[in-house]
Amino acid sequence: MTSVPLTAGHVPDAHDPHATSTGLDNKKIAIWAFIGSECMLFASLISTYLIYKGRSKVGPFPHETWTDPSTGHKFGAILNIPVTSASTFVLLMSSLAMVLALAAVQNKNIPKRTTSERILGSSQLWLLATAALGITFLGFQAYEFTSFVHEGLSIRTNLFGSSFFTLTGFHGAHVTAGVIWLLTLFAIDRKRGLGPRDEVNVDIAALYWHFVDVVWIAIFTLVYLIK
Amino acid sequence: MTHSTHPAADAAVADHHGAGIEHAHPTWSTYWKVATILTLITAVEVWVYYVPAIVQSRWFVPVLLIMSAVKFAIVVLFYMHLKYDHRLFRVLFTGPLIIAMTTIVALMFLFGKLAARVGAVG
Repeated sequence: MTSVPLTAGHVPDAHDPHATSTGLDNKKIAIWAFIGSECMLFASLISTYLIYKGRSKVGPFPHETWTDPSTGHKFGAILNIPVTSASTFVLLMSSLAMVLALAAVQNKNIPKRTTSERILGSSQLWLLATAALGITFLGFQAYEFTSFVHEGLSIRTNLFGSSFFTLTGFHGAHVTAGVIWLLTLFAIDRKRGLGPRDEVNVDIAALYWHFVDVVWIAIFTLVYLIK
Repeated sequence: MTHSTHPAADAAVADHHGAGIEHAHPTWSTYWKVATILTLITAVEVWVYYVPAIVQSRWFVPVLLIMSAVKFAIVVLFYMHLKYDHRLFRVLFTGPLIIAMTTIVALMFLFGKLAARVGAVG
């Protein structure tokens, strides 16, 4: 199996309105600086979760069972690892769809000979697939939040509830923003078609989306798997 | 699935960043391989969670953290193209990332979380 090498960056020239003295596109510099600042935002949220972990006076707890002394009601471990594993897989696959969307935009002008090349070269297909997978992830999160509330854990129940809903809620808000961004790109692609000249615009959306993915990689381990 | 090497795509590889520096770029097959590796690591992470012998051992947390770090690095290097991109982008990302990770570790020590764990292991 031979593969088409894919371009991974914009080549600014002297007439590029987004060119900078560094020779790099200012939009890409901005998105990397933004991602850097987002690292610190999520570090503060993760730190808060980890510091409060195990300090809740009342349940339900993430990995342990708990009996309410006033009612005698038994609560199981609240985290649902199989469901979260499935949602993690969905988000990882959305990152694959995103890189394929970017590659399709970069190679838009290259003639597609075979069916597989036409499928791989369809930016609309991969942008829509990425957005759909993002919406699926949000569906999993909505299911999880709803089931937690029904089981007696809300943002006001205990320290675990407060820090958990804040951390995962912020991440969910970022995914929502990413889905809106992707659907906007899809609408533009439908209207006038995205081509190599739009590469940077798709690239910065892709960088944001992958960042949301890497944040979830950290959250999945630190919040869900480590007991 | 077959992909053919295309001359136009080859030409697009050269002279990246306008600096006359030729960079290698990931291919479609690389992206599929990365996705497979990420899925496998995630599957191992979940499997580890359900093995009581591993959960009770002192290696449970380090093993999970290492696997998570590997996944994190793979996504950043290949999907975010940081392996192939300009050095300034690497600095813009790794600088704040180091500050963020140092902050987490410092706060864990400050609130006695990490000290308790190190003491328990020792």
